[in-house]
Amino acid sequence: MLLTNEQQAILNGESGEVLAKVMKTLIKYGEVFGAEKMVPVTGKHNHLVTSFGLKALGPVYELMDQLINAGAVSQQTFSCDPRPLDKNVPASFLQNFIFKNFMYSRQDFYEKQLNSLGLMEKDAFTCACYMDEVGNKPEYGDVLSWAESSAVVYANSVLGARCNRNSGIMDIMGSVVGYVPYFGLLTDEGRRAKWIIEIKTTKKPEAQLLGSAIGMKVVEDVPYIIGLDKWLGDELDDATCTYLKDFGAATASNGAVGLYHIDNLTPEAKKMGSELICEDAKTYVIDDAELERVYKSYPVMWKNPEKAPKLCFMGCPHMSLEQLKDWTDKIEAALSESGNKKVVVPTVFTAAPAVLKEFEKTEYAERLKKCGVITSYICPLMYMNNPLSGKMRVITSSNKLRTYTTARYYTDAEILNEITKGGKN
Amino acid sequence: MKQFKGRVIAAGAVSAEAVVTHGGLNTLASFQKALQFGDKTATCGDQNNPDLYGKQMAGKALCLPQTIGSTTGGLVIYCACSMGRQPACMLFSKPIDSLAAAGSILADVWLPDVKMPVVDSLGDEFLDYVKDGMKITVSEDGTVTCES
Repeated sequence: MLLTNEQQAILNGESGEVLAKVMKTLIKYGEVFGAEKMVPVTGKHNHLVTSFGLKALGPVYELMDQLINAGAVSQQTFSCDPRPLDKNVPASFLQNFIFKNFMYSRQDFYEKQLNSLGLMEKDAFTCACYMDEVGNKPEYGDVLSWAESSAVVYANSVLGARCNRNSGIMDIMGSVVGYVPYFGLLTDEGRRAKWIIEIKTTKKPEAQLLGSAIGMKVVEDVPYIIGLDKWLGDELDDATCTYLKDFGAATASNGAVGLYHIDNLTPEAKKMGSELICEDAKTYVIDDAELERVYKSYPVMWKNPEKAPKLCFMGCPHMSLEQLKDWTDKIEAALSESGNKKVVVPTVFTAAPAVLKEFEKTEYAERLKKCGVITSYICPLMYMNNPLSGKMRVITSSNKLRTYTTARYYTDAEILNEITKGGKN
Repeated sequence: MKQFKGRVIAAGAVSAEAVVTHGGLNTLASFQKALQFGDKTATCGDQNNPDLYGKQMAGKALCLPQTIGSTTGGLVIYCACSMGRQPACMLFSKPIDSLAAAGSILADVWLPDVKMPVVDSLGDEFLDYVKDGMKITVSEDGTVTCES
């Protein structure tokens, strides 16, 4: 790899042994993927995927200590994925005991480390850091060192930033040294589409279902999606960005998509159009029947699928302000139809602390509370990721939560029906 | 006996018994229980992986196409290595993915006492041929020998 004098000096140890190891790590990482140079990280803020003080990750915290003790802290301030604990979220005595004393016993310690390393502010914990209220929204063309898969795909696709699907730890290393290896989604060639996706549905496709279908088909390749602008329009307004947030998270978790282009909508597709499509691109047609087939292919992991759900989680990735307001209206209307005063399944809506703060300022907050819905900043994945919670019958319209846990997927309309009418039409 | 030649990601020589997954290895789902509950044999906890679920991974020659799942995957591999619960080697039939590459390199650079040879691009034929229980020998140059 061709290094600048400054990069070579860091590798030679002129800025200390720890920083030299960070540089060596990034160079070796880049060499695996054919990178010929390191390029500066230009985003204003970084974002880290590791937000949880999981006892099992002791070696990670030791590595972080090595960085802190050597003064090798992040050159950018950063946001971080959601916290794993929130007392507002229903949990049994045993769950709470295991969460606090066993699984996430190092949460306070780790948050102190994050503060030392450059956390943006004490509550900068969310997977949807690109929300306006949070303030970590990269500019078009920014080079990033992020790892959270749903944030990476959003930054690349909706914002036009450039970031590879990095692993945790690699994210902070890029930020500490200020450079990342130039390969994959950082390059023009790596951003070209190997798949054409033709949308031929008779109605607006469910974001989470469409993303899942595409993710499973293209796996890690870049798709160019034609026909979705018919349903989403050609402007990236709040509703469309919310749709793309959920759609992208499903492509990234049900497959390993790091970038998608939507014809006539996302910034690079608007600028370059079909020039982004590789000559030998394959085609995948999605119609109503294909979405139905994908939905029916999901295994139900519950021991007794006939039993009623115990909990509903919405907000993986974290909900937008627009989404919280929209769901408040929908739940109120559905409850009014059903004759129920409150939701009949304990329901938690998760969003960034900064989004929840703005939501609380609106009249919607009190209305949603009256419907019995709990709001939280928690990470539903972290809540579910233990044997006790894994046995709970949880429902969600998040295809990411479905993929990584035992949560059962329903469409948004079905979720509304479950939580307001107990699944009865 | 059959030999395959791949690309060296983390160098080293080792002999171990094969465990094989034909689907992608979900790193977090596979290792989390092992790291969390002190299982030194690193029994695979991924219920969605019928090839590996319930099988020991620590000290074995882990043969796989690629890794899948959460982008915490790299740090999970790093932790497994740091805690001495890593496979003897990781042998990829396909070019390595960014998460597994990160984990392998982090372990290689930051844990000098830990050796976990990693070889990729061994080809589909490798994964078709190798079976659980075969004796696997990995050489420094990325040659992988499989013996029944």
